[in-house]
Amino acid sequence: MFKRSLLLLGVALVATPLAACSQFYAQSPQPQGTAQPGASPAAGGTLDAAKSRGRLVCGVSGTLPGFSYVDQAGKYSGLDVDICRAVAAALFDDPNAVDFRNLNAKERFTALQAGEVDILSRNTTWTISRDTSVGLEFLPVTFYDGQGVMVRKSAGTKDLKGLQGKAVCMETGTTTEQNFADQMRKLGVKYTPLVFDDANAVYAAYEQGRCQAVSTDRSGLVSRRTTLKNPQDNIILETLLSKEPLAPAVKNGDSRWYDAVKWTIYGLIEAEELGINSQNIDQFAKSQDPVVRRLLGTEGNLGQGAGLPNDFVARAIRKVGNYGEIYSRNLGPGTQFNLPRGQNDIWAKGGLHYAPPFR
Amino acid sequence: MSSDQLPITNYLLPITHYHYMKLQKLLRDDRFWQIAGQAIAFLLVVILIALLWDNLTYNLRQLGIQLGFDFLGVQASFDIGETVIPYDPSNSYGQAIFVGLINSLRVVVLGLILATIFGLIFGIAQLSDNWLVQRLAVAYVEIFRNVPLLLQLFFWYFAVFLNLPGIENPIALFGAAYLTGQGVFFPWIEATAGAGIWLVLLLVGIVSAIALWRWRGRVMVERGRAGNQIWYALGSILGAIAIAFILTRSIPFRLNLPQATQGQIEGGLRLSPEFCALLAGLVIYTSSYIAEIVRAGILAVPKGQWEAARALGLKPNRIMQMVILPQALRVIIPPLTSQYLNLAKNSSLAIAVGFPDVYFVASTTFNQTGRAVEVMLLIMMTYLTTSLTISLVMNLYNRSVQIKER
Amino acid sequence: MQIQSSAPPTPPTSPLNWVQKNLFSTWYNSILTLVCLAVIVWGLSSFISWVVSTAQWEIVGANLRLFFVGRFPHELYWRVWTALGLILSLAGICWGYIVRKSPLFSRTILFGLGALIAAILLLPIELSARLWILAIAIISIVGYAAGRKLPPNISPWLTAAWGLVFIVNLWLIGGGLGLTSVPTNVWSGLLLTLLTAICGIVLSFPFGVVRAFSILYIEVVRGLPLIGILFLAQVMLPLFLPPYLRNLDRVLRAIAGLVLFSAAYLAENIRGGLQAIPRGQFEAAKALGLSPPLVVLLIVLPQALKAVIPAIVGQFIGLLKDTSLLSLFGLLELTGISRSILAQPQFLGRYAEVYLFIGLLYWLFCYGMSTASRYLERKLNVS
Repeated sequence: MFKRSLLLLGVALVATPLAACSQFYAQSPQPQGTAQPGASPAAGGTLDAAKSRGRLVCGVSGTLPGFSYVDQAGKYSGLDVDICRAVAAALFDDPNAVDFRNLNAKERFTALQAGEVDILSRNTTWTISRDTSVGLEFLPVTFYDGQGVMVRKSAGTKDLKGLQGKAVCMETGTTTEQNFADQMRKLGVKYTPLVFDDANAVYAAYEQGRCQAVSTDRSGLVSRRTTLKNPQDNIILETLLSKEPLAPAVKNGDSRWYDAVKWTIYGLIEAEELGINSQNIDQFAKSQDPVVRRLLGTEGNLGQGAGLPNDFVARAIRKVGNYGEIYSRNLGPGTQFNLPRGQNDIWAKGGLHYAPPFR
Repeated sequence: MSSDQLPITNYLLPITHYHYMKLQKLLRDDRFWQIAGQAIAFLLVVILIALLWDNLTYNLRQLGIQLGFDFLGVQASFDIGETVIPYDPSNSYGQAIFVGLINSLRVVVLGLILATIFGLIFGIAQLSDNWLVQRLAVAYVEIFRNVPLLLQLFFWYFAVFLNLPGIENPIALFGAAYLTGQGVFFPWIEATAGAGIWLVLLLVGIVSAIALWRWRGRVMVERGRAGNQIWYALGSILGAIAIAFILTRSIPFRLNLPQATQGQIEGGLRLSPEFCALLAGLVIYTSSYIAEIVRAGILAVPKGQWEAARALGLKPNRIMQMVILPQALRVIIPPLTSQYLNLAKNSSLAIAVGFPDVYFVASTTFNQTGRAVEVMLLIMMTYLTTSLTISLVMNLYNRSVQIKER
Repeated sequence: MQIQSSAPPTPPTSPLNWVQKNLFSTWYNSILTLVCLAVIVWGLSSFISWVVSTAQWEIVGANLRLFFVGRFPHELYWRVWTALGLILSLAGICWGYIVRKSPLFSRTILFGLGALIAAILLLPIELSARLWILAIAIISIVGYAAGRKLPPNISPWLTAAWGLVFIVNLWLIGGGLGLTSVPTNVWSGLLLTLLTAICGIVLSFPFGVVRAFSILYIEVVRGLPLIGILFLAQVMLPLFLPPYLRNLDRVLRAIAGLVLFSAAYLAENIRGGLQAIPRGQFEAAKALGLSPPLVVLLIVLPQALKAVIPAIVGQFIGLLKDTSLLSLFGLLELTGISRSILAQPQFLGRYAEVYLFIGLLYWLFCYGMSTASRYLERKLNVS
């Protein structure tokens, strides 16, 4: 009798906080549709978290020269890296206030979902399923790309049909597998896919001759070709298998952070459209052109709505450069890649980069 | 007892000394602590599960992700490098995972057989009276036990199998098998029409051979007559083959030899480098553990058994077969079961060498669909089922070799 | 009248006799010996010729720092050296304490000293590293000598000292509280391997001891491959945590996965150890009037732990090998950082050299620990 009542008392004592806790969690979530301007939802607040931390946490690849590469000394460089640096400059006026995390293709989305990184700047293709069911929010495209195939020059393969019966290496967790399968199915070509979990393993197997071709985004192929033993023995086929718009991403459900980063990136593109770069920004700061003044924050308070200081674009341009400078620094004529701007030019010059007005 | 010795509770709470003594008695009662312990544990588990479930549903709602297994019917759109059953990218995710499962089973079954054989060899070699053989076996066990399996897999794949020469100039083994960087080619048997009858009869022959073997063994032990086990078993198998031959008047099996012709190798059975590396790594790693288990099992048989058997005049192979192994098996089977389970679970490392097993395919499915929870549940169910099956079979065998006590 | 007993007569053994008895006793033994000799000679000669001529070992020499401490900031190396020094000096003291009854110099000690001198002189490391190794070696030897002088009942203090060293080392490596903090994504190489393994086993200890763990949990965890549990921890753990805890560090998630995994096995081992305690101990304790919780704490746990220490050491060795799986989840421990070293453009294709090197490192740790545990077991049982 005594034992039983003690037991019941214990159960009651323990169950009460349990009930209280579940009430707490049940009340907090807000329905997806309501986005209050300026208010951060319970799950969001990345902007505030980053500001209080004083550093931006950026998820990159780290193994892709030209896009995100870390050398032996631990220095990061690349297009994706510079985009993160520009955001950090906009936030903290310091392009080096960034912590980089190397993520492979498999874990990049979960790292972002879990909040381990604030931005994923890792040459990720923008697709509907990633935008909707995986729970990401894509920022403006920073590199328009397509999927390509690299083969050995000695094999004499001219197009996809020449890969009949051959083995093709790819990395898992990417759109590459599905694109390749779709295209080959359309052409009726039988091939053997060889999929690895790590990009290094993919190129290792290709080098050893296990597979006769490697397929990934064209930019990735160009970049990794420079790390092969004899780069000139490998050619990249002309065929493009798919559209691959590469864009950075942030987590779903955090519109304030999303807006802040989005407009920073648009600011880089708009600056190139207006001809503002890191060299002449001081002169442009004195300009009387209202478009320039609004962009650089000398006039108006466009930054406030995004939760950033008004001169956030000016900070990014001054410390990192506009989009054109970032591109040429990492992939331009002065580098080993020498990729022509092509689709990646601003709209005025025939490319696809187009920033909405800063007004 | 004088009043100033009563506990202070008597003055503060309306609990009498009687209740205090009852409480003390309770706290010293074993059963109370057992029940209390179990109740607390149960409560903690319930609370933990409830909290976790709450968090999970909340987070999933925040991210806008739904739970459900309907994605298994969606088109997979990715291809799988090695399949035994026909598969193409227009099949569903569910079918892709099934293909992965069959690949896993291929590796696991073959790996279990080979690991047992290697383990037995090296285990018995460790007890050999030849000093060189014994030291070699000990070196084998100590080296492969103390290096991580993942590292061994990487080594086998990148440093051994991928370094084999290209398919244009393969390494030929006895003119019948070829080792290349694209795969290993073996001669294989192809079945043509009429093979079904042969296989059924062969199966019957093997089963009856085992039964005859055991019967003659019992005759040897009980009546002391010559057993001639091997003759009976062989006779049964040959008889089955003879009946099959008479019924079908042909041999419906054809040897398929790989032919190396101008940069291609046609025919034979091709095992991919991924499969070979995975198999080699798993077999060698697990066999080093099994060798230790076998050695411990044989050493566990008391020395007196050996001496008594020798005193009875039994030959060494009879000693092993009739006296030592039955007793050693009792000690060997339980740890052997856990090593088998380890092999089945370690086959999930196929992802490191690019072999599409069930974990790899499920992981790819997760990458394409973003369904972490469902895919995780699928993986768990697959591995739990495999583990349970292996445990069940081995436990049945274990029960049959244990001493039957009253 | 006393009869002097003498030893039984033994036949004279000469080397030739030994060879004949052990290698060529029967005809099949002779064939086996010859075959094995041929295999060994062929294998060793081709291996040695490969090591000396074809293999290019620059990749190992150039990246020694990356292998051992990964991307730890160079200027903070003294913290790693200090941590290592603390561990080795305490190990020296403990070893001296355990072998205080044995003679001062033995074959193993001399062998160890020789290996140490060879390491200091021959390894391609910088001068400061050599000095650090020398300093740590001297401190350990002093610790060994001091340990021999310790009074016999000091073991609880030694255990407490180990706990303190563990916490201090975590502080040294992680930073914070006065030292510059080193973010966990920089921890890599052998440092991360050892850190995750030690944290894993230390944290799974309380879980393993609490017998309240249900059979269900143990069976489910033992039925899953470790890679599945790490996947669970990396991918799904954040989904199970409340929002303010969600930014759980990747290294912490990996350690959580390892703890989940090893706690189940440890619980089984400890259960086995508990069953090994004779019933008389329980009855005597109750006769003395101890209440059940006190019985567990004072009588059962110490004896059970002593019985299961070999199993726990085996578990730790297994955990050390299992940390290599973290490389599949992006963590750059020893295996992971070797994969990224292999991707360096100037050293392409040197798989065999790198894998043999880290295989040797793992083997040294695992074999060394299992030998040491067998040695310790013998010593502890005798003393």
